[in-house]
Amino acid sequence: MSSRPKVEALGYKSGPISETKGPYATTNAAGSAYAPGSLLTVEHLSVADVAEILASATRLERMAAAERARVLVDRTVALLFYESSTRTRTSFELAAKSLGVTTTLVSDKSSSIEKGESLKDTGLTLRALGAEAIILRHPASGAPFLLARVTGLPVLNAGDGMHQHPSQALLDLRTILIRLGLGGAASHVSDTRHGAPSSAAINEKTLAGVTVVIAGDIRHSRVARSNAMLLPRLGARVVLCGPPELLPEEALGLNAYLDANASGSPAIEIERDFDVALRSATVVMMLRIQKERLEGTALDLAEYVERYQLHGARLVALAPRALVMHPGPIIRGLEITGEVADGPQSAIEEQVAQGLAVRRAVLVRALGERA
Amino acid sequence: MSELLILNGHVVDPAQGVDAPRDVLVRDGRVAAVEPPGALASLADSLPKELQIDAAGCVVAPGLIDIHVHLREPGQTHKETIATGTAAAAAGGFTTVVAMPNTTPVNDSVERLRWMLAAERHPLIHLLAMPAATFGSNGCEITDFDALVRAGAVGFTDDGKPVLEDDVMRAALTAAAALDVPVSQHAEDTRLTSGCSMNLGPVAFRLGLRGMPAEAEARIVERDLLLLREMERADHVRPHLHVQHVSTALALRAIRAAKKAGLYVTCEAAPHHFTLTDEAIGDYDTNAKMNPPLRAEADRRALVDALLDGTVDCIATDHAPHASHEKEVEFDRAPNGITGLETALGLALRVLHREHGMTLSHVLQLMSARPAEVLRLRGRGDLRVGSDADVVVFDAGEEWNFAVKDSRSKSKNSPFDGAPMLGRVHATVCAGRVVYRA
Repeated sequence: MSSRPKVEALGYKSGPISETKGPYATTNAAGSAYAPGSLLTVEHLSVADVAEILASATRLERMAAAERARVLVDRTVALLFYESSTRTRTSFELAAKSLGVTTTLVSDKSSSIEKGESLKDTGLTLRALGAEAIILRHPASGAPFLLARVTGLPVLNAGDGMHQHPSQALLDLRTILIRLGLGGAASHVSDTRHGAPSSAAINEKTLAGVTVVIAGDIRHSRVARSNAMLLPRLGARVVLCGPPELLPEEALGLNAYLDANASGSPAIEIERDFDVALRSATVVMMLRIQKERLEGTALDLAEYVERYQLHGARLVALAPRALVMHPGPIIRGLEITGEVADGPQSAIEEQVAQGLAVRRAVLVRALGERA
Repeated sequence: MSELLILNGHVVDPAQGVDAPRDVLVRDGRVAAVEPPGALASLADSLPKELQIDAAGCVVAPGLIDIHVHLREPGQTHKETIATGTAAAAAGGFTTVVAMPNTTPVNDSVERLRWMLAAERHPLIHLLAMPAATFGSNGCEITDFDALVRAGAVGFTDDGKPVLEDDVMRAALTAAAALDVPVSQHAEDTRLTSGCSMNLGPVAFRLGLRGMPAEAEARIVERDLLLLREMERADHVRPHLHVQHVSTALALRAIRAAKKAGLYVTCEAAPHHFTLTDEAIGDYDTNAKMNPPLRAEADRRALVDALLDGTVDCIATDHAPHASHEKEVEFDRAPNGITGLETALGLALRVLHREHGMTLSHVLQLMSARPAEVLRLRGRGDLRVGSDADVVVFDAGEEWNFAVKDSRSKSKNSPFDGAPMLGRVHATVCAGRVVYRA
């Protein structure tokens, strides 16, 4: 993250003092204040880390089920969910079980969290019970950082507020690579004649020439932030699309944390006109729109649907070859029509399947494989 | 008769324009003499050594005055008490602090004000208080300003919350003007900041946190200034508006213009706002969360400029202690505020004096003479003969790093743990008594 503005930029040097936290701590940009294997934000992942995770996903996918079930046998992971979830929770759970991990699920609805137990104490309790890593879904942005700091355990962020959903961005990336046949994608699909995938196949240029349009409620979307902060680092151009109420200009501030792309222009752009954005799209990611988020804005639902819904006619006319993605849950007939979601350009189900592969890899990364 | 002699120091007394080697004699809690080296030599021979402070290599200045602190007593003594908060203040070179009213219960009556100011609370330095402008700080009905001023109130504020309603603010300004005290406003249009936990901008977007727009501060400042203008014209009164912890270029512009137009407006700036930006939040560090929030670099620069050009009248810390378990939570659930009494001078000297060329005298004026003027504190903020013997002795060139574990505050919620400071307090004298010695 070479372009990341640091506190030092203001002229305040960190002193030679240890055991400090906050802006004068000697380190935190690299995430080294957290246990190795933590996955809190895609910003902590180097391109080499990403390559390794994808290669590991492929390797684990190719393993015989019985062998895979021994990779993390007798290890314990807690799933701590403060928000409801279908895809992410099931996917993490199945990924863990397929590796032999013992999992336990704690949700805010059926635990002492209801009695007011803090995130810190909940985390310490899980650690005391033997959890070696915690998978956290939480409505407050930044909660996984807190949990990782207070428990010292590897924490896998399964979605925090409006902030990040790193495993989603990784599974989206894997889906894109496979569907577009990029980055030595042949080695990502199971059962190929090639040997182990070369992690060198993923680099800063892997997605060069690929334009990813992310459309909808960017403001409230952790999926949008995660993809926008990950894909450009592999060379993609990201175009954010939505009305100002759901896509504020500040979003362009993300560029300060990314290197400019090969042509020297910022990695992330805003295009308000969905039709214009679609014309350049290699990939179009649709985001769920929540009716209540439109209330009090200048936009009504009918107008939103008119301008931003991805429907068959629009797709055929403007992006007939683009890959259609959606992190779910889908509201059919709102941001996307059923025919498009179920159509040949859709990778929506594949995304879900890739979730399993990627989450196995991040679990192995968090727990460390048995020698 | 009690005496104290501060020898060999360099007196900087902005109120009198003194900036020279001087010895200071204190007698019975007041400044008795400020003389060139040697003039008090015979006294030095007769006075026992424990009644002398050798200030060689140090600046000797009027004790610092902080017109905005939260001492949490009554009701929140797990965060701070008047005794611990004033001990931290003394260590930071302060000799007068003004307690905000958002205690539990809110300081909105004569009885509560008297309780707070009573000797039984064991303040180590001079303690003053601004009671609530409205009952319960609910913004509806103004408190009994007249009785409260007679009981010692130095101004009124609903700090932590704004006085939002025009009519209520007008009533508060009218009542305060009649008593010659300021209404101190926490300028935040809370209709624009609901659910927000930091400054609006690219950093908030990246962190996925809701941001407070600069307009939320500027709008209330502009509304209050409009009230002042109307009241001067129509009601022929001249109310004094004091704007707390100004943090945005937008609000500073409005205040600068109003001052030029002759309105009676003063304002304060907090050290964290002229030192840090919202980037300091880093990985959701709740010790960088306060209200108003850390702003963008352009706002920080505007604040430094406003300090340099005199738009800002004084530095105030908004010292806001919170227990570690209260801060060690999800960012948007954490309470606002940071401690500030022990880092104010070190930051002001480092940032304003060293980095931005403000004279030492100007820095000290912002921390003693001007805050005394803002609250009409007679015999404070200067070293005139007869003034209260409130003195800070500090090495203006000493570099050190603040360590929060050494803080005298009951709470440790500071973003400046490990931060470099310039200028270290060696002794603080309040009413002729040594209240801190390094």
